Amino acid sequence: MTMPLSAGQLNLVLCHCCGQACPVAHARCDRCDGALHRRKPNSLARAWAFLVASLICYVPANILPVMYTDILGSGSGNTILGGILEFWNSGGWDLALLIFIASVVVPCTKFLVLGTLLVSCQRRSRWAPIERGKMFRMIEVVGYWSMLDVLVVALVVALVQFQSLSSIDPRGGILFFGLVVLLTMIAAISFDPRIIWDSEVEDG
Amino acid sequence: MAARLALIICEYCDTVHESVVLTKRERAYCVRCGALVQRDAPLSVQQLLALSISAALVFVFANVFPVIAITMQGLNNQATLSESVLALAQGHLTPIALMAGMTIIVVPFLQITLLCWLTSFAALGRAAPGFKGCMRALEHLRPWSMLEVGLLGVLVAIVKLAGMLDVHPGLGVWALAMLTVLVILISGKGIRRLWDDLEGLIP
Repeated sequence: MTMPLSAGQLNLVLCHCCGQACPVAHARCDRCDGALHRRKPNSLARAWAFLVASLICYVPANILPVMYTDILGSGSGNTILGGILEFWNSGGWDLALLIFIASVVVPCTKFLVLGTLLVSCQRRSRWAPIERGKMFRMIEVVGYWSMLDVLVVALVVALVQFQSLSSIDPRGGILFFGLVVLLTMIAAISFDPRIIWDSEVEDG
Repeated sequence: MAARLALIICEYCDTVHESVVLTKRERAYCVRCGALVQRDAPLSVQQLLALSISAALVFVFANVFPVIAITMQGLNNQATLSESVLALAQGHLTPIALMAGMTIIVVPFLQITLLCWLTSFAALGRAAPGFKGCMRALEHLRPWSMLEVGLLGVLVAIVKLAGMLDVHPGLGVWALAMLTVLVILISGKGIRRLWDDLEGLIP
């Protein structure tokens, strides 16, 4: 089978806003006025920066409590993992699993996948490009589900406010966890998956 | 010009494909990397308009009716989506309130507004004022709409609180569930068909 042609070889560039094929000489798409780039600018450096920042935030996100529960005078702080264990011990294994997937499995998978993609693209590796592309599309689809814990804390905190009787307050951990989600999403958006194929196309 | 429009470039590997005419529910995948490159537009402009208007109405219900109501020792409390975001903003963790508010209220609101605006003009065979800007805004908003996560979050919060308090799901949950489905239907890349439908009419 002959190698399919890539846009670069035909002097074309894809407009990310409207999907049109534009001449590579143009700076803006003539249909939607969107900015045109052959590859997303500084893709690898930006993705690395956001990935490292999110990894740093992931530490306090897991160490600090995410909320402080005070029901009828007895108060306790809860970390993300502590909340999952509490569900598990009280018999709610299904919910524990759901939160575990959303707040532990999904972010860790994102770290691993983005790290693997960045390292392999930087080394211009030609290893398994189809599979690496699939991994990228997977984290694009599942990535934002880790917002789950942030939204749950927001709702619970807003509801349980009975003045002196009992209240639930948010704590710093949830702020860092929110940042982890935000930063990994920006890292994934900054990464240009077309770089996965560049070494194969350009090096022949 | 016409020849250029018939080309489709895979956004994942930059491979150039010739556009093909797809029958209903057919999808085209990239020959090199296997990513989806083309699908037939399942919704017409009229259908998009109808669903956008429904979404706008359901959005009002989802934000006016409480999503959760709780009772504790005779005290009642209930919260709508916007109330819970505002309550969170009162504390010392305002950035979290901002994130929650953006992803489950502001972004879906903007998406629905822009879609109603664009499709109502398109249904009359015209390009809406500010067409290009609105279309580009929709592209940038898409990753930040998290209604389905918000819906799951409400359900988890209900189960979580049920352990210690008397919790009832409110009317808003049903509206939120319908809104989630509607927004998934209308907010995809299907709106890009307007570029072809209104070819030559865009200023």
